[in-house]
Amino acid sequence: MSGNKEEEDPRINGIKTKIRVVPDFPKKGIMFQDITTVLLDPKAFKDTIDLFVERYRDKNISVVAGIEARGFIFGPPIALAIGAKFVPLRKPKKLPGETIFEEYELEYGNDRLEMHIGAVEAGDRALVVDDLIATGGTLCAAINLLERVGAEVVECACVIELPELKGRQRLKGKPLCMLVEYR
Amino acid sequence: MFASENGLKGDPRLEAISAAIRVVPDFPKKGIMFQDITTLLLDHKAFKHTIDIFVDRYRDMQISVVAGVEARGFLFGPSIALAIGAKFIPLRKPGKLPGKVISESYELEYGHDRLEMHVGTVEPRERVIIIDDLVATGGTLSAAISLLESQGAEVVECACVIGLPEVKGQHKLKGKPLYVLVEPSGVDEFC
Repeated sequence: MSGNKEEEDPRINGIKTKIRVVPDFPKKGIMFQDITTVLLDPKAFKDTIDLFVERYRDKNISVVAGIEARGFIFGPPIALAIGAKFVPLRKPKKLPGETIFEEYELEYGNDRLEMHIGAVEAGDRALVVDDLIATGGTLCAAINLLERVGAEVVECACVIELPELKGRQRLKGKPLCMLVEYR
Repeated sequence: MFASENGLKGDPRLEAISAAIRVVPDFPKKGIMFQDITTLLLDHKAFKHTIDIFVDRYRDMQISVVAGVEARGFLFGPSIALAIGAKFIPLRKPGKLPGKVISESYELEYGHDRLEMHVGTVEPRERVIIIDDLVATGGTLSAAISLLESQGAEVVECACVIGLPEVKGQHKLKGKPLYVLVEPSGVDEFC
């Protein structure tokens, strides 16, 4: 799935054509990868989920961690299909119970990702899901949160990768599975 | 209306769903008993029951759009959409959607907030359900209904996992039916 052209699943092109690129959002120079248009096509959305489910169903994944907010769209359907728990990783102050947090860098300043204490246990095998990987900062923070509570992060799964930003190298050695590259 | 009044009385799945929801007192501020659905998401069977009940209800109602309210509506809406073959439309806080949007404001306890939707995502007369985790005053759902109706869609029903006491007996929201699975859990129930 992640980049071997000769073996590319025919469903992937259908998904790629549904992604809308919005120039200069949220600011000038950024070519924003809009997945909301994939969600408007039931077949493309189903294919996206199916591709991940087929990959992970026999890997004994016990938890799918999704990054707010677009990771909440892809993560739960995958979790439900593979029999795993779903854990939301959220911006600060959204989760009501006791949390741990991990800081990560933005272009200007830092932000934080939080996870509920007790949601993930030592020995859980985890999959981290987001719509897109850019610099890898958020995913790295997610991996850190999961590892701090003793989970094993098996893989990160994203619909889209921006390979020029080299996010793949910031995943603490964890593999990345993506469906579509944008260069 | 509550699911137990509408064909699911005594359904053990509703008890399992209710039991899986955690109450967090005094969040986000003193006096609020926050209904935390993240514990429901940790219980695969109960989470699946939640989705199944909504899917069973909506699969034969020719629903072509599921609209989910950011962010907890995103946790339930997409799975329902996938199972019934509908589009999923995220209704978001201001500034998050990258394309052309319409917006509707709604009241908070102090002040206002806005909900946005991409233009051109629903056709006139498309049949829509709106999903959120919880309905309290109905302000957010009312804004969601306005957004969808302004695009010509027909809102068939609003659906929530939890309904606060204010909505009991209030079966309709802006004239639209409301379908709720469970009442709020009490503090003691989670042990």
